[in-house]
Amino acid sequence: MSQIFHHSSNTLARITIFGAVFILAFTAWVAEEFFRGAWSTRASQIREQPVPFSHAHHVGGLGLDCRYCHTTVETSSFANIPPTKTCMNCHSQIWSTSPTLEPVRASFRTGNSIQWTRVNDLPDFVYFNHSIHINKGVGCETCHGRVDRMSLTWQENNLQMDWCINCHRHPDQYVRPREAVTTMGYHPAGDQEAIGRRLVQEYHIQDPRVLTSCSTCHR
Amino acid sequence: MRTRSMVEWAFSLPCRLPWRHRKPSILFVLLAVLFSSACRQDMHDQPKYIPLRPSGFFPDHRSERPLVEGAVARGNLDDDDAFYAGKGPDGKPVDTFPFPVTKDVILRGQSRFNIYCAPCHDRVGNGAGMIVRRGYRHPPSYHIDRLRTVPNGYIYDVITNGFGAMPDYAAQIQPADRWAIVAYVRALQLSQNATMKDVPPGQEIPTPQLLSPSGGRK
Repeated sequence: MSQIFHHSSNTLARITIFGAVFILAFTAWVAEEFFRGAWSTRASQIREQPVPFSHAHHVGGLGLDCRYCHTTVETSSFANIPPTKTCMNCHSQIWSTSPTLEPVRASFRTGNSIQWTRVNDLPDFVYFNHSIHINKGVGCETCHGRVDRMSLTWQENNLQMDWCINCHRHPDQYVRPREAVTTMGYHPAGDQEAIGRRLVQEYHIQDPRVLTSCSTCHR
Repeated sequence: MRTRSMVEWAFSLPCRLPWRHRKPSILFVLLAVLFSSACRQDMHDQPKYIPLRPSGFFPDHRSERPLVEGAVARGNLDDDDAFYAGKGPDGKPVDTFPFPVTKDVILRGQSRFNIYCAPCHDRVGNGAGMIVRRGYRHPPSYHIDRLRTVPNGYIYDVITNGFGAMPDYAAQIQPADRWAIVAYVRALQLSQNATMKDVPPGQEIPTPQLLSPSGGRK
């Protein structure tokens, strides 16, 4: 009876066992890149909008505060998209004949909403609340990045749960004084660890055990 | 629906097929599972309205319905004219404040002023803000005699209803915050016209920081 396996099968088997480590690691890496990378989380991707609104111009250039337009961010779960009237506060006089802004004027004339595309979209089972974060000293920049440098708006972070949890575990590494929540390019005046620990106490930020409880974000 | 029935069919295959076909069909099922995973996002996109999610039901696609005209929510009848309109019973602007002006009120007013008013009126109230420098009509300085002598209710009314080229800020600033801004505008006016007589005796005066006309530090 002849051999079923050729002699070279020994080598092949050894290589396969050795290579399996790399194959598994590679698969894990591909999966990681796929599920957490920009392609599936849509981080750093510019969303197309009906009007090419530039935060870089309005915030970085003119120095408008975030809350001039997003008025409800301190009091509501949702940071509102401004109504067309807010755009027209200035654009009734400035750039009032620009063809780029025609959708804005049309919306103001007719009363129909401008259909903006949502940029940061959390899953519906996450009950995120803007006001609590703003009032506890989490800056806009901490989650949304340097909006004052975004000519067109993108989602800065991947919005994965471990990204949320990271801050819920160590709020002292991220909080800033309430007066500076809308500041872009914030630098702590001193040691962030010391400032953070003081602010966590001062603002009564809950213990990480509470902050990382499931029902804090999921109900 | 179609996806689900196909998956069910694929899963039931290995049990119904004769032995010689089972192995490839199991492979097929594994492949099907691999390729069908993470396609459905039902829990991510639940059929419910979150703020500003569009609605297919209403012709204007708004899920947040505008109030029927004249509707007043219980407890929201704003009938205190002095507070909500800045006007007295005679219809003239009041010159009082509806609540005591404390340091907290002034600080609140400062923060609101710097958000909503400073883009045009500038941080010192001279009317040379960034938007004006970009072509908006120049508002008067707060420090002219006419505006220094107007009653508080007048400033409140301008914030609420607009004046001249200035649009109204009723939607962006809540009534209590408008009053806080009025208080801060009064403080700004005081700051630009203070004399030595206003300083309490014994109070030390810090060295003034020079301001450029645009309000920035020199």
